[in-house]
Amino acid sequence: MSFLLDCPNCGPRDVNEFSCAGEVTVRPKESPTLRELTSYIYFRRNVAGVQREWWYHRQGCEVWFQAERDTRTNEVLRTEIVEPSSRAGTPGPEAVATPDAPAV
Amino acid sequence: MRLPARPGERLNRDREVTFTYDGNAVRAFEGDTIGSALYASGQRIFSRSFKYHRPRGLLCCSGSCPNCMMTVDGVPNVRVCAEPVRENAVVRPQNVWGSLERDALVVTDKLGGPFTPVGFYYRTMIRPRWAWPLYEKFLRSVAGLGKLDKHGTRANRYDVEHRRARVLVIGGGRAGREAAQQHAVAGMQVVLVDEGFVDPLEGVEVVAPGRALGIWEGGLVPVDAGRVLYRFRAEKIVVATGTIEQPLVFPGNDLVGVMLPDGVRRLIEDWGIKPAEKAVVVTVDEAGREAAASLREAGVEIAGVYDLRRERVREIVARGRGGVLRSVEVDGRKLSCDLLVMSGGRQPAYSLLSQAGARVEYDPGRGVFIPTDIPEGIEAVGSVAGEGLAGAVPAASYNGASGKGKCFVCVCEDVTDKDLKRAIAEGFDSIELAKRYTTVTMGPCQGRLCHVPSIRLYARENEKDEATIGTTTARPPWAPVTLGLLAGRPHEPAQRTAIHHRHKELGAKMMWTGTWRRPHSYGDPEGEAQSVHASVGVIDVSTLGKMIVRGPDSAQFLERLYPNRFGDMKPMRIRYGVLNSDAGRIMDDGTIARLDDETFYVTTTSTGAGAVLEWFEWWNAVWGMDVEIVNVTGGLAAVNVAGPRAREVMRKLTDIDLSNEGLAYLDAREAQIAGVPSLILRIGFVGELGYELHFPSPYGEHVWNEILDAGEEFGIRPFGLEPQRILRLEKMHILVGQDTDSESNVLEANMPWIAKLDKDDFVGKWSLEQVQERGLQDLLVGFEMEDGKVPLEGAQVVLEGTRPIGRITSSRWSPELRKAIGMAWVPAAIAEEGKSFLVTVDGGFERATVRLRPFFDPDGEKLRS
Repeated sequence: MSFLLDCPNCGPRDVNEFSCAGEVTVRPKESPTLRELTSYIYFRRNVAGVQREWWYHRQGCEVWFQAERDTRTNEVLRTEIVEPSSRAGTPGPEAVATPDAPAV
Repeated sequence: MRLPARPGERLNRDREVTFTYDGNAVRAFEGDTIGSALYASGQRIFSRSFKYHRPRGLLCCSGSCPNCMMTVDGVPNVRVCAEPVRENAVVRPQNVWGSLERDALVVTDKLGGPFTPVGFYYRTMIRPRWAWPLYEKFLRSVAGLGKLDKHGTRANRYDVEHRRARVLVIGGGRAGREAAQQHAVAGMQVVLVDEGFVDPLEGVEVVAPGRALGIWEGGLVPVDAGRVLYRFRAEKIVVATGTIEQPLVFPGNDLVGVMLPDGVRRLIEDWGIKPAEKAVVVTVDEAGREAAASLREAGVEIAGVYDLRRERVREIVARGRGGVLRSVEVDGRKLSCDLLVMSGGRQPAYSLLSQAGARVEYDPGRGVFIPTDIPEGIEAVGSVAGEGLAGAVPAASYNGASGKGKCFVCVCEDVTDKDLKRAIAEGFDSIELAKRYTTVTMGPCQGRLCHVPSIRLYARENEKDEATIGTTTARPPWAPVTLGLLAGRPHEPAQRTAIHHRHKELGAKMMWTGTWRRPHSYGDPEGEAQSVHASVGVIDVSTLGKMIVRGPDSAQFLERLYPNRFGDMKPMRIRYGVLNSDAGRIMDDGTIARLDDETFYVTTTSTGAGAVLEWFEWWNAVWGMDVEIVNVTGGLAAVNVAGPRAREVMRKLTDIDLSNEGLAYLDAREAQIAGVPSLILRIGFVGELGYELHFPSPYGEHVWNEILDAGEEFGIRPFGLEPQRILRLEKMHILVGQDTDSESNVLEANMPWIAKLDKDDFVGKWSLEQVQERGLQDLLVGFEMEDGKVPLEGAQVVLEGTRPIGRITSSRWSPELRKAIGMAWVPAAIAEEGKSFLVTVDGGFERATVRLRPFFDPDGEKLRS
């Protein structure tokens, strides 16, 4: 894997400077069933296409941000620091509108 | 041999350089390459071929072909034609038994028969089966190129540099220079890379000699610049790699004295060498004619020029003696000569473009493969894009011949036209299969000189056109690269605490914990542990991760992250906390001190600091709470003063009230210690009365020294990590990662009091609820050995010799308790005080008894004293 990622603070940097925490998941809001819980913890959509992910600029400004990346080409379409307004009061990050249904 | 000095030559004839070749001194001029100097000294044979050990001489003279590979200063496979001369360099031939002139292994060329055809390893040497080890031993000794010193160490220091370029131009020929200049004039930052020697260019950074190894995703171009690997990230890549001169295929085309036109031009123009006395030129393009002109000018007699575009030639055979060219027969007419210039046209060097995603298409009009569909961000300029290439190559130039003698398609791997024809007859009719079977294009030249000839031969033999045969895949590296360069500098990151040098002076035995260097002990682990129990000891705990969590939401933030409760904590109190993932797994542990309503001081394990900071920052990004997290791990040093006399030592260093009422167990206090502003945490990982002091790193040695001075009258001893591990085990305090793994949770690690499942929510709560619902399966318990033998950490726990049911995670001899103690994961049914199980020790079984309460000071009276 070798591409540039646009850190919202530092600009385009080598992907090796970052760590990826995988696709953005939605944390259940309250006591989930066992199925909902395991789905949240273990299951990922793993799309061949554009996916929204968490990235951390570990060897840089140490900011967490989200990136939209095409998993087929590694093209990064967009990166952004998730604004507090869009996450206030919610227990997890907002879901991304995506065409296909979750795996579970 | 040298011609008179001429303008444009690369030599500085005022400066001589001397190196040795096979033990003999060779004199050269500055600007020479090892190859040019050897040629000037009369050397003609430069190597022995891979399989047949045929003598080989300079062919391309541009660092492409394998013919001049030698061992230079112990580094094998150096192409001496492109390696600049160095004073006192030691150059030796390779791949020979004997000398280049008399190589015993040339017998493989004479034997022929069943021993040498393509694929013979797979066929000839499988029977009789018992003989294979003998074959293998012999093959191993003769196979491969060059020898490595098995006991050698790093001969050179290599570095890796990460670089950026707005525009990266690969190739410093006319087209590359023009492109570089244009972009530079337009105000862009331009870097130009070339394999050879390039004159400076205004406004352009020139990296030469430097070889682009490939084009990777995202515009990554690693450039081999000798001792440095530049990892260029380019926004735009201009490929101006030009063309590669192709050989002609005819019997004897590998004889010493058969050269490509550009090599001849270099010998004359760059190094002022008269390459031969009498030459013959066979060409399909202008390059051969130009070479003929240069040769004439250098005083070489031209015995004949055959331009295959105009003359019909049916057969060319080169003949030699001892592998060195003596004559050429053209359609039966014999011309004696000592140089044969062959020019089979020029093929665009498209490999880098192809790696970047370009397609390659055969152009029947020009008889070569041209790159098309160049991907975005990449531009191909000059002859690599087909510009200025001559017309079609006449059939005769690649017909080979039926005459006697070997007719080489690939000089790297010694593949002849017969080998390829045989491969086709055996059914390997696809060029990709032929490549794998015959290894054509897989040698050191990476297809530079054999790719096109092999495709042409395949097309002819299969009665198809070149477009149908297609090309094989070009993969990086495009140029050979030493593994040392790819490995880079031997980095071994080491973190040292502010007190590191004092530990060394005190004779500490250092060990690694993660990237930290820490004292294992000061030579007497058990004695050091005992002095903590008996009097007082001090340990450097600066490696602990340290964070400040501050903000109006900080208490709520920590409540959500930890299973513990924090909202009810009073300022200047401390709590032990265990971090869980949402899967309920233990991630890390540490202490949390509340400094004021909105400020918490959080410590983590030494190796977990980075991960915990990342974890905190992530949840803060997710939740968006009003909290700031600052990592102060490196900024603060920390030491732990522990033992029954710790209070007396501390009294000598600070004025604050240290009585049990003034500073109780799990109290925190800000105070001056030995004049240094510090945070005192009264905690007890090692089980005795203890004070953990956190203060600015620059005072590390000062505070350490003051503590040792103050404690001298009480017999204070510094203690290392090993004694600390004995002490904590006596208290059954867990070590995350030692006693727990990625499956462990706090309920089964026997710390149910940590998890406040009645809280609304915390990370891991739901999974812990699931664990509680399914019931506890395996539990982490303490044990003591009945006979006092210490089992190995990781040893199996077995029940009455039947099957393994658990494992030992920690075990030590406790000098205080005079017992072998430890911790183990065992099934819940056994995890009761007084039950017993068997442990494997020294190949036998020993009985251990379960203990659920700390071995030492089970009620914590000493901690609270």
